[in-house]
Amino acid sequence: MSIGTAGFGSLIIILIMAAVTLITRWGGVFVMSFVPISVRVQQFINAMSGSVLVALLAPLALEGDNGARLALATTAFTMLLLKRPLPAIAAGIVAAAIFRQF
Amino acid sequence: MSSVDTKLTKLNWDSVWGGFRQLLPISMFVVVFGVAFGLAAAQSGLDSSSIVIMSTLVFAGASQFAALDLWGNQVPIVPLVATVFAINARHLLMGATLYPWLRELPVMKRYGVMLVVSDANWAMSMQAFSRNEPGLGLLFGGGIALWSSWIVGSWLGLYFGTAIQDPVSLGLDMVMGCFLLAMVIGGQKNLRMLIIWIVAACSSLLAYRYLPENSHVVVGALMGGALGAVWMEKKQ
Repeated sequence: MSIGTAGFGSLIIILIMAAVTLITRWGGVFVMSFVPISVRVQQFINAMSGSVLVALLAPLALEGDNGARLALATTAFTMLLLKRPLPAIAAGIVAAAIFRQF
Repeated sequence: MSSVDTKLTKLNWDSVWGGFRQLLPISMFVVVFGVAFGLAAAQSGLDSSSIVIMSTLVFAGASQFAALDLWGNQVPIVPLVATVFAINARHLLMGATLYPWLRELPVMKRYGVMLVVSDANWAMSMQAFSRNEPGLGLLFGGGIALWSSWIVGSWLGLYFGTAIQDPVSLGLDMVMGCFLLAMVIGGQKNLRMLIIWIVAACSSLLAYRYLPENSHVVVGALMGGALGAVWMEKKQ
């Protein structure tokens, strides 16, 4: 099944995308409103919140180019050193930019 | 933890404005992503109003870029829905992780705040909550900063997209990655968390390799979460 992009077609496609995305934004909260927040659920949520980020970053580090790896390594190092996010992010981007000039 | 301190969940004008300002620096980079999206979308044949409407209503960059790959005279609906859902499924987990604080809000506000949830403001607010600081202002105000930058960027991309010749050579593709990594490192650090992260990373990589596309974030996060639920933190 396909929708043509002529006329109102593209608007309908965009509305479908918006509805799917809205379901993802609301769905987690909605489902959790039926789950009693026990200590175990709290620990699950706590562990999952860091894991979302790690799971997002892992393929970026492994499958990315050396510029990407250098950027992440530089950010990690600067963050551990200074404990401030903005300089850490800036250092990572600059590292990737410099590396990719050569 | 049966209920949270109500000071952590206050959502008033001051806290929203504070969150807006705290997310402004990263929003400047979101403008650049938006420009890249606007340009790519125009090149894929979307008209200008569709591009701005999409960024306004969908507000999820990675899935919007993915939709461009499917764009043509005809767009296949089932692959589109599957792709958008898979890429944005991490929002489900974000909503779940925010629930212990969001439930202190009235239902309308609770779902209203979730309209603007995305990676950066979610990560900032979770970090605030983990330090026992209020985070809903960061979530909502920061979300508005990110959302408006995304719309403005997409619109600018229609006109000035060619000004940024090669965002990758400037390292701009790494902004979000470096930001999220800084959030991870700024968070709770102990042996238990480290092992949870290693499990999450390994399962994400295995899913990336062997499971359907875009499933890796959800798989990795759920594995990390499951380990956290089995191996509980000792009570202080």
